[in-house]
Amino acid sequence: MTVLRVLLVLVGLVLSGVSGALADDEAIRATIGKFAESKNFRDTEQVVRDLGASGDVRVERALSALSEGNLSFRKIDKAVFIALEKGQTATLFDPLTGDAAGEEPKGGFTKIKVNNSLRRTIRDVISGLTLASPDPVVRLAAARTMFVAPDAGNLEALDAAIARETVASVKAALEAARASTILVSDAAEAAKLEAIAVLGKRGDRETLSLLTGFAARAQGEVQAAAQRAIDDINGTLALWDLGQNVWYGISLGSVLLLAAIGLAITFGVMGVINMAHGEMVMIGAYTTFAVQSVIRASFPWLFDWSLAIALPLAFVVAGAVGLALERGIIRFLYGRPLETLLATWGVSLILQQAVRTMFGPTNQEVGNPSWMSGGFQIGQLALTWNRLWIVVFALAVFGLLLYVFKRTAWGLQMRAVTANRRMASSMGIRTPWVDAFTFALGSGIAGIAGVALSQIDNVSPNLGQGYIIDSFMVVVFGGVGNLWGTLVGAFSLGIVNKFLEPYAGAVLGKILVLVLIILFIQKRPRGLFALKGRSVEA
Amino acid sequence: MITQRLFTGGSNRRVLVVAVILAAVAVLVPALHLALPPSSPFHVPSYIVALVGKYLTYALLALALDLVWGYCGILSLGHGAFFALGGYAMGMYLMRQIGDRGVYGNPILPDFMVFLNWKELPWFWYGFDQFWFAALMIVLAPGALAFVFGWFAFRSRVTGVYLSIITQALTYALLLAFFRNDMGFGGNNGLTDFKDILGFNVQAPETRAALFAASALALALALLVTSAITRSKFGMLMIAVRDAESRTRFIGWRPENVKVFAFTVSAVMAGIAGALYVPQVGIINPGEFAPANSIEVVVWTAVGGRGTLVGPIIGALLVNGGKSWFTGVLPEYWLFALGGLFIAVTLFLPKGIVGTFDSWRAARRDAAERARTKAEEDAAPPPVDPVTGRPARTEVAERSTTSDLAGGPAPQPAE
Repeated sequence: MTVLRVLLVLVGLVLSGVSGALADDEAIRATIGKFAESKNFRDTEQVVRDLGASGDVRVERALSALSEGNLSFRKIDKAVFIALEKGQTATLFDPLTGDAAGEEPKGGFTKIKVNNSLRRTIRDVISGLTLASPDPVVRLAAARTMFVAPDAGNLEALDAAIARETVASVKAALEAARASTILVSDAAEAAKLEAIAVLGKRGDRETLSLLTGFAARAQGEVQAAAQRAIDDINGTLALWDLGQNVWYGISLGSVLLLAAIGLAITFGVMGVINMAHGEMVMIGAYTTFAVQSVIRASFPWLFDWSLAIALPLAFVVAGAVGLALERGIIRFLYGRPLETLLATWGVSLILQQAVRTMFGPTNQEVGNPSWMSGGFQIGQLALTWNRLWIVVFALAVFGLLLYVFKRTAWGLQMRAVTANRRMASSMGIRTPWVDAFTFALGSGIAGIAGVALSQIDNVSPNLGQGYIIDSFMVVVFGGVGNLWGTLVGAFSLGIVNKFLEPYAGAVLGKILVLVLIILFIQKRPRGLFALKGRSVEA
Repeated sequence: MITQRLFTGGSNRRVLVVAVILAAVAVLVPALHLALPPSSPFHVPSYIVALVGKYLTYALLALALDLVWGYCGILSLGHGAFFALGGYAMGMYLMRQIGDRGVYGNPILPDFMVFLNWKELPWFWYGFDQFWFAALMIVLAPGALAFVFGWFAFRSRVTGVYLSIITQALTYALLLAFFRNDMGFGGNNGLTDFKDILGFNVQAPETRAALFAASALALALALLVTSAITRSKFGMLMIAVRDAESRTRFIGWRPENVKVFAFTVSAVMAGIAGALYVPQVGIINPGEFAPANSIEVVVWTAVGGRGTLVGPIIGALLVNGGKSWFTGVLPEYWLFALGGLFIAVTLFLPKGIVGTFDSWRAARRDAAERARTKAEEDAAPPPVDPVTGRPARTEVAERSTTSDLAGGPAPQPAE
């Protein structure tokens, strides 16, 4: 019984809804029909306002068409259609439902004239209507439109919308829109002050420009209040800017960390300057490119995994090149650091040219997997996923290396060789092997750095060259033989660089950083975290 | 014949011979270029004059690097910066000489300033319309930079690879700075479109020949000066600093002063080389500051043999000649060849061509003398020193050690 009753009630509800809609249809059609009778723009505007007053979202179609100049009426029976003209014919659509209504020669139709002030009215009416939309996304968009372009006439619609709004974020947007509307209306000072208070709490750039515009027009106490609110917002924004700069700095620092950490290992343990380090980064990036090419051609569904596949491959490829380099060239040059520098520079030239010959001199396209594209916003802070992942990745690599160094037998041997090579050798550590694998490890790390950098930089044969000097600066600044030094060095250089940029410009900022490092070396020639030793020339 | 003379008789005679050859080239090549008609088989075409003139300035740059690297153990990866600074000083003079013949016809402002909508000449361009001022700046600008930089770096005992890296950072910073339009040095495009130098047309064959002669003479003069420096007591001190800096300090010398002096002299030489380079190639742009250029200078010096003075000249001429030939025949493979050269020289020819030749000659002579002494010993009882009663040291052995010293000390790794 109960079920039956509920069903009956439901059916009744549906029926009444339908009939209500039908009744509305008739009324709206009648209102739309009035367009055909309007003599001038003022009449048309009245019709537009009437349509808006109906509160039915579906009139948007007709209003948009009117705004675009596509609304016409048939000369014979004054029936209104949306008419898209093409050549001599006009394709007709129903103004309410948008259903096709055949084709007729366009000579039988008259366009309903529209001007810019009318278009503005139409826009306002539509945004007022969309405030009533059942979709919260549409409502939010409408509230934002009214916030940016306030119109005193919308006040009642906004009040009504706020009263029935249930979604908190939309309600906040509506209240902001209401506040900005009050500022342009001729409301009392008290209301305006209240509105300024509401806006002052928002503290974003749009509010700032809105209030700045208002403060220029207003007088007396209201202006003072607006000015205070502007100052408040400026203060908040400055804090957010600071945060954003710190974030950019961290992001740059993580890139530097990735590029420099392999260098720090080889330099620290072996005292070898590897000028071909940047090319190891490049090899890693090209490995990613090769992996993605294969995946694109044969296994497109694997694309989101391409980076995960490229990581171990890049490590192995770059590490193998590094191992060959150490066994083939560098081991003959131990104890001659300047010659090593020259020989590895030669290697870097050869690797660059080899890649140029194989892949061509142009930039290769490396795609972002879906989880690395796009971004999100925290307050006024804009973050992108690829940068965020690279920061996480850099820290993970750092943690892993720290573990290898502090907790494994190999790491112990590496540290022993760093501290005192001859003593370590006397203790039975095979220093040549430690050297070879340390070099391979450093190169491999550079390779996986290349995988990360391929996501944010151009993959070209010159990729490594852009990082080599910065990486050296990090190592020199942070000190040799200490991973923490590299971490601190990378992030402080990154952040300092990004803080100098707004004041000095990107290039001058970089020059200033270089000069600062040169001056810093005067004070601490062995870097921030120097290894303590007793040798006079260590 | 000439090569035999060149490589016999110690470094002093070798330096003299090379200086004389350079002076002869400075007279002969322009004469053959100007006096003989193009149809003559001995005529030197103008492109050869331009090319070799350019190489001679490179050789001067390599010689400057040899003074600090070969004799003082300072591997500068930023010598291109001093070269470029000298070049810019000359370029500024040449820009001012254009006068109102520029595209915009402004009598004072160079074209790029008019283009950037500048109203007056920046203060650092004042005086560059006078040649004496520009000449002063060619010497002062690189010298002052080297002095300040060296003062800071050497005083705090930045040595070895650390020093190499910050010299590289120095030239990199200058590269970035000169790329900026706001700096007032023509930005990306640099300075070009030169018309006159000292009232003579830069493009004229006579001017080109004169510039060629000036380059050759400057190189010869620099060779004599560096030879004098390195053979003086101060030169011995430089070598001491190179081979054992701490020991030199403990004996009571101040290595930082020695290094600053060598570095500054070397930078001035590099600046002069740059100043001679610019009018011959007709352009100076920030690319000259690129770290890669400076490292290439190192390989010229290494190929010829560091610490030999003559070696870097030979190295610069050989490598650049090879580059011109290579980029003409197999342009894609030049970087392979250059990279291979870096590796091959460091692995197989650490003393360079001249150094290797010296040790080979010394070894051969030693072997020959050993054989002769042995033959003499076999023939006659060993001469007995009348005082000590022990066998007297043979004169030959003594000569061989001294000539070995004079033949340029064997390059040692910098500490």
